[in-house]
Amino acid sequence: MSQTIAAAETAAGPTTRRIAVSVNGEDRAAEVETRLLLVHFLRQTLGLTGTHVGCDTTSCGACTVLLDGVPVKSCTVLAVQADGREVTTVEGLARPEGLHPIQTAFHEEHGLQCGYCTPGMMLTATALLAENADPSEEEIRWALSGQICRCTGYQNIVKAVRSAAAALREGR
Amino acid sequence: MYPARFTYFVPASVGEAVSLLAEHGDEAKVLAGGQSLIPLMKLRFAAPTALVDVNRIETLRGIEQKDGYLRIGALVRHKECERSDLLRGRYGVLGSAAPQISDPLVRNLGTVCGSVAHADPQGDWGSALLAANASVVAEGPSGTRVIALGELFVGPFTTSLEPAEVLTEVRVPDPGPRTGGAYLKLERKVGDFATAATAVQVELDDAGRVARAGIALTAVGATNIRAGRAEASLTGAEPGHEAFAEAARLAAEEAEPVADHRGDAEYKRNVIRVFVERGLAAAAESARAAA
Amino acid sequence: MATPTVRGLGHSVERKEDARFIRGKGNYFDDIVLPGMLHLELLRSPYAHARITSIDTSKAAALPGVVAVVTGELMAQHNLAWMPTLSGDTQAVLATDKVRFQGQEVAAVVAESPYVAKDALELIEVEYEPLPAVTNPQQALGEGAPLIRDEKEGQTDNHVYHWEAGDREATEKAFAEADRIVSLDTHYPRCHPAPLECCGCVADVNPATGKATIYMTSQAPHVHRTLFALVAGLPEQNIRIISPDIGGGFGNKVPIYPGYVVATAASLLLGRPVKWVEDRTGNLISTGFARDYHMHGELAVKDGRFTGLRVKMLSDQGAFYADAQPTKFRAGLFHIVTGSYDIPAAFVETDGAYTNKAPGGVAYRCSFRVTEASYLIERLVQNAAYELGVDPADLRMQNFIQPEQFPYVSATGFEYDSGDYPAAMRLCLEKLGYEELRAEQARAREEGRLLGIGLASFTEVVGAGPAHTYDIAGLKMFDSAELRIHPTGKAVLKLGVKSQGQGHETTFAQIVAEELGIPPEDVDVQEGDTDNTPYGLGTYASRSTPTAGAATAVISRTLRAKAQKLAAHLLECSEDDLEWNAGRFSVKGAPDKGVSIQDCAFAAYTNMPEGMEAGLEGVHYYNPPNMTFPFGTYAVLVEIDRGTGQWKPLRVVAVDDCGVRINPMIVEGQITGGLTEGYAIAAMELIDFDDEGNCIGANFMDYLIPTSWETPSFELGETVTPSPHHPIGAKGVGESATVGSPAAYVNAVVDALAHAGIRNLEMPVTPDKVWHALNEAGLAT
Repeated sequence: MSQTIAAAETAAGPTTRRIAVSVNGEDRAAEVETRLLLVHFLRQTLGLTGTHVGCDTTSCGACTVLLDGVPVKSCTVLAVQADGREVTTVEGLARPEGLHPIQTAFHEEHGLQCGYCTPGMMLTATALLAENADPSEEEIRWALSGQICRCTGYQNIVKAVRSAAAALREGR
Repeated sequence: MYPARFTYFVPASVGEAVSLLAEHGDEAKVLAGGQSLIPLMKLRFAAPTALVDVNRIETLRGIEQKDGYLRIGALVRHKECERSDLLRGRYGVLGSAAPQISDPLVRNLGTVCGSVAHADPQGDWGSALLAANASVVAEGPSGTRVIALGELFVGPFTTSLEPAEVLTEVRVPDPGPRTGGAYLKLERKVGDFATAATAVQVELDDAGRVARAGIALTAVGATNIRAGRAEASLTGAEPGHEAFAEAARLAAEEAEPVADHRGDAEYKRNVIRVFVERGLAAAAESARAAA
Repeated sequence: MATPTVRGLGHSVERKEDARFIRGKGNYFDDIVLPGMLHLELLRSPYAHARITSIDTSKAAALPGVVAVVTGELMAQHNLAWMPTLSGDTQAVLATDKVRFQGQEVAAVVAESPYVAKDALELIEVEYEPLPAVTNPQQALGEGAPLIRDEKEGQTDNHVYHWEAGDREATEKAFAEADRIVSLDTHYPRCHPAPLECCGCVADVNPATGKATIYMTSQAPHVHRTLFALVAGLPEQNIRIISPDIGGGFGNKVPIYPGYVVATAASLLLGRPVKWVEDRTGNLISTGFARDYHMHGELAVKDGRFTGLRVKMLSDQGAFYADAQPTKFRAGLFHIVTGSYDIPAAFVETDGAYTNKAPGGVAYRCSFRVTEASYLIERLVQNAAYELGVDPADLRMQNFIQPEQFPYVSATGFEYDSGDYPAAMRLCLEKLGYEELRAEQARAREEGRLLGIGLASFTEVVGAGPAHTYDIAGLKMFDSAELRIHPTGKAVLKLGVKSQGQGHETTFAQIVAEELGIPPEDVDVQEGDTDNTPYGLGTYASRSTPTAGAATAVISRTLRAKAQKLAAHLLECSEDDLEWNAGRFSVKGAPDKGVSIQDCAFAAYTNMPEGMEAGLEGVHYYNPPNMTFPFGTYAVLVEIDRGTGQWKPLRVVAVDDCGVRINPMIVEGQITGGLTEGYAIAAMELIDFDDEGNCIGANFMDYLIPTSWETPSFELGETVTPSPHHPIGAKGVGESATVGSPAAYVNAVVDALAHAGIRNLEMPVTPDKVWHALNEAGLAT
């Protein structure tokens, strides 16, 4: 291992890079290590701690963010891969006029308990609803099947997504 | 949770990518979706000193019907396959496998070619593509070559690719309209690797008999494997329960399962048998409906 | 002032705590960043059992960005290489002589960034001399087993404890006279609470003041503060534990882990804050696992009635006996094992053994081992039904403790407070459509389809607990509530418990609302900061509502009594002339002549009667007179795929009785969460070991947690049988579903196969196990 670290430092090529990422509509630029994971860029470099870490094998989805509108596990994306792209985190969900309907729905339907999986669940839900305005229970469970919740048993999360879907269809 | 250091490059063309790989040798890896590579790097089971990110190479995009074959570019994500209308009907074994890869989030980034190059015997695309008789195109310092999938997989996580070769596309030969396919996977939960899985493609001739069957197996061998004897037993056969049961029995014999927490060898062989039979019935049904 | 609308008990008040979580503004410990903060990573043993012959940290220490490398030897110099456990044993903080389980903490790196800390970890060179590993308790207690705790004076074998409950003689007699004995050998396998947020802390010891502020994932911050004081020798008034938002606990965040101790020691030595963030592998391989009880149960039956229960249990405690449980009980409350049944004689014999595995056992919503007990009795009773040829629902009904028998003293000494088991069962069967389903099951069998219906009627025992019987590390298990009402009639409620997602900020405010008529929105609930809350034993084993909830009701009533005096003063009448209605005192017979609780609060600071102390506040430490006994009946319908052995719950019907329900929406959320954990345990969760003690199940690829796709949906119902001794009749509910449901799922799968003579499948009931059972019974296709 020590050989590997030494090799990287003497090899021709950069182990840091300047990146510019649009995060929640705001341009953020930073010099980062190429090995920095996107989730750590968000949490540590930008101080946006709403995106969480729950595992070390890309299994739990607590780190889910939207990358160009598509839900991804930010622990399995390098920050440098987000260069020039748009990232949406939970902090970017609320609209100028108030909460996003998905946030309101999670609250009204008791779709969260400890809150740790909630940011990721809401973001994936918004991506789902952008493509499918009236998803069935099965479609919702399928869309969320890359993310783990330990508290709720998913039932109220499904209700919350259905409720948000209705709100969005009604233009709320 | 924290990868070791590496240098990082973003080539604009395949040629540039190949040069970079050649320059950095064994310690360089291609980064496409990263959904297999980055997890390994986070656990430090892999520690490449150079990553060559191919995500900006435009020529690697797209699923398209070409003359006599379907082309799947190296940057095609699993999710694109899940949604593509092209991967239904005659290419149904692929369309059937796509939604079962890993989980929906991983499918947004992971690529077909990345999965194939990773050569995990528990990987799904390998079997689906073997059953569809597919090949890959690899570009390297000495030029471009086409490799049949059966020759690509050498062992667990080992392909016959040279270190500086990049997979640029998958080519799936057009099996004709009277074709159906099915991918059946037993997973303990979404995102788990297969306990056992089967990819089946049935091509019917004008008389409604089986012209060719492709049967490939996941997680029951050192690589994804073709059940050649099972396939042969179906050539010219009348599609139906008897032929399918026999082919399934042969396929189970050709499987080489290893006991683990997902089950013992006897169990996994039986899953193979059951799934090949079910898959053949579904594929034949789909092939007949297409006629 | 006008009386606002008040939503107290029984209202599904939307949660106050949601506001920050839905905005991504939760304050979990890893969100905390302090100036000068360093990062700690732990090096873990690859071996299950090995001598450490040398540790060389020089290369790691030399890496740029590394501030310190800590070993057991360094900790030993400060007397911190070992620490006491909550079960009277000791546990290694960083290994010195040997490692005793795979994943055990061996060294630590403190660095400027976690990335560098991880780089440095790889540079630490440890030489091990592997020893044979003990991987199950039978081996541990058998001939020639290696001695695991050779460092422990007086420990000559791997035996940890022996503990008994009940009456051996009376039970033997019952068995001698039985006309039928039904027995079951079963292993409740090792699983893990695996909350989504791992454990960790930010330890900040201020070098100038000597004050230590430790932000940590703690379900019991006051207990942890006291233990830190005793273990680390820091004066207790200088220790402040702040348990911030916690991303799930489930018992995982009750023990003190080496990471907390090393981080605190490092902060003390370096004079800078030190953050330790556990990774998932560390969490699964080393922190408090759950269960791992090898159980043999026998039920004596005479004329269709249960006359005796005999249980022998061997527990796998791992390398250190670290269960967090009341000290009088070596096997927690496992002796609740007579469950919902009127069994006159019972004898429970338990032993614990050390093995080369992580320490723990009491965790994962177990209510102190009630999960294990409930599983055993409900599986036994189900099998008894098959053996006796009686319908499983009927057999339960015939043997339930009947409503008129409460309060009921069980054969192992529990006094059950209240219950109506037949009502819960009847409601469950009605919602399920039991008779129709049994008919459908028979029809399906003829068509070659295998359906199964599983039942479980559990009784929980929670709310630890009365001072005469319950203590943890000597601390009696009271809990506390401190309530202060401000001049403007708003209130602050501070509690000795600590939510990890259970909704305390809302439910406890509802208790105040019910007692004082102050709306929940006007009651700020605070928990977790030991400088700022009254002493309590924390949240686990479903104890918060029974203890702190009671304290909240009591102190609210105390303040109401003072408010009544203020009201009398304001209305210039006698206290006896007043009546109270939802936040307002009015004169009897003259209802418009009244004052609100807010008026009284204002008066407490501005217009006190002669001799009355200012303010409207108080604290109550509640010593519960008894435990509480939530109960219910669960039913699961499954279908089995005869080709693959896969099974799917088609319906799950759960009827719960937790007494008075403070917030039905939150109660139901606890239940659906617990039913999911129960399904996970029954179907897929497992921490296993090979013969060398290598742990399989130390990451989320091997330790399987169901997603929204596998998880069924749940139909809920309730009955309400209040607790007669609890001030608001509530019993607690957080763990009921995890306790009661695994047996329901397993019983369902067994029920699908029982007609072929199959009586047992061991958890996790994976498809391969089911298929083998089908195959042996000639039912596989």
